[in-house]
Amino acid sequence: MTAEVRTDRPAHGGLRAWLLAETVTSPAQARAQKLYLGWRRFASNPLALIGLGIVVTLILLAIFAPLVATHDPFAQSLDRRLLPPSGAHWLGTDELGRDIWSRIAYGARITLMIVLLVALIAAPLGLLIGTVAGYLGGWVDVALMRLVDVFLSFPGLILALAFVAALGSGLENAIIAIALTAWPPIARLARAETLTVRRADYIAAVRLAGASDLRIIVRHIMPICIPSVIIRITLNMAGIILTAAGLGFLGLGAQPPSPEWGAMLSTGRAYMLGSWWLAAMPGIAILVVSLGFNLLGDALRDVLDPRAS
Amino acid sequence: MSAPVISVRDLRVSFGRGASLIHAVDGVSFEVAEGEVFGLVGESGCGKSTILRAISGLNTEWTGSATIAGRPVAHRRDPAMARIVQMVFQDPYGSLHPKHTVETALMEPIRIHGLDNGARRIDRVLTEVGLSPAFRYRYPHQLSGGQRQRVAIARALILEPRVLLLDEPTSALDVSVQAEILNLLSDIKRMENLTYVLVSHDFGVIAHMCDRVAVMNHGVMLEELTIEDLMRGRMRHDYTRELYEASAGYSRRLETRADEADAAA
Repeated sequence: MTAEVRTDRPAHGGLRAWLLAETVTSPAQARAQKLYLGWRRFASNPLALIGLGIVVTLILLAIFAPLVATHDPFAQSLDRRLLPPSGAHWLGTDELGRDIWSRIAYGARITLMIVLLVALIAAPLGLLIGTVAGYLGGWVDVALMRLVDVFLSFPGLILALAFVAALGSGLENAIIAIALTAWPPIARLARAETLTVRRADYIAAVRLAGASDLRIIVRHIMPICIPSVIIRITLNMAGIILTAAGLGFLGLGAQPPSPEWGAMLSTGRAYMLGSWWLAAMPGIAILVVSLGFNLLGDALRDVLDPRAS
Repeated sequence: MSAPVISVRDLRVSFGRGASLIHAVDGVSFEVAEGEVFGLVGESGCGKSTILRAISGLNTEWTGSATIAGRPVAHRRDPAMARIVQMVFQDPYGSLHPKHTVETALMEPIRIHGLDNGARRIDRVLTEVGLSPAFRYRYPHQLSGGQRQRVAIARALILEPRVLLLDEPTSALDVSVQAEILNLLSDIKRMENLTYVLVSHDFGVIAHMCDRVAVMNHGVMLEELTIEDLMRGRMRHDYTRELYEASAGYSRRLETRADEADAAA
């Protein structure tokens, strides 16, 4: 073995050459190369691109809702109620004459907000609790994991219902309730991942270097767990959307006249036989977005999984 | 011989409880002088690696006493010890963090101890282990086994310790790379005036590197002998002789390799 670096790739220009260069000259380049190689793996999977497309569409729909909506989502006109899909109302109108397409576009904002807030609360909380329990072990582990067991022993929707009942109905409380039910599986996953690496030599090496437990957990254990947590939370997004829709359906989440998809589905149910589009359109939206997150999660697993190098 | 850098008295480590209690190390004592290379040899499971983990402070569950560079080894984590004793692990595929570049791995001890001139220290230590600074931004999966082990050695050296504990540093490597790493360790020892404790099951490695060797079996140190005595077959225990002869065929090949690599260098 020689210590020299192979420079068989010419150094002359181009972003691609820089991204694939053998000789890496900066930390930014090292990170960019890693991202680029991951992206190439991701992009080679058509289902991944479909999933990503759906999620990006959801995000764009939420951002540009005022532009893509053809009507005011709250404007009622009783003379145009229960109209089937047509040129004027792409997805028809509901029982109060509101345009369903416009409501779904604005509803994307609510769905996206729920998903993002739940992910932002549940993922860091689960990651922290799981890694601390797994790394410290002993009574800390026992206490934290029994807490997780308590949360896991209830079905998610039932627990969310209980929280909403305690906190009062409304979108914010629904988000908090869902986040409280979403963190335990992540904590358990992070703990399992931590247990597999805590005895690794590279953790022993940094302990020998004199690092504190906090530093080891945050800088050395968490980076190992983050990919699987991202995968898990992405795959959980579908469940989170369904739980939110379920709470909306039961009247415990977003309140009328807010265009939340679950609430729309719930009111549409009464008109199911005569006007199928009231329930079908928000239902399809929920289905497509859940599918998109699932496809994206599967694809991220292929890219990020540390075991498949 | 000057005052010992490492002094271990009646070290005992046991795992488990009750009926499943195992005395992994059962009353071991030894001393290592400054600049010496002390070998620990024995079959796998004889407790040689356990000794390293105890005196390095990785395992705090032991009894007896140990001092390194005049400083008693504490029974709890002691960050100050990091600048006195460091360790190189057996498997270079498991001893580097898969998500950290070489630079991150080397910068971490510098950050922990708040040392200055991080970039210069990294350049110096990479040169010392024979890696060009271009390796700084590589991830472990972009390195060969030998290169990884060089990075692991660089990481152990970056805090400028006085003692290096080497836990089978070459047994996970190709034979040709083994000789290179052993020669590198010898060179570094000479340059930095380090003291080594080298654990191995391979008499070839021990004979190439060590001044003195202790033979272990079932957690007990059977005998301590100089390399001179070992080569001339002046061992007191039959176990030592068996172990030595079992690995002799292999070691002759390795020695020839090492000498060739020396001649080439």
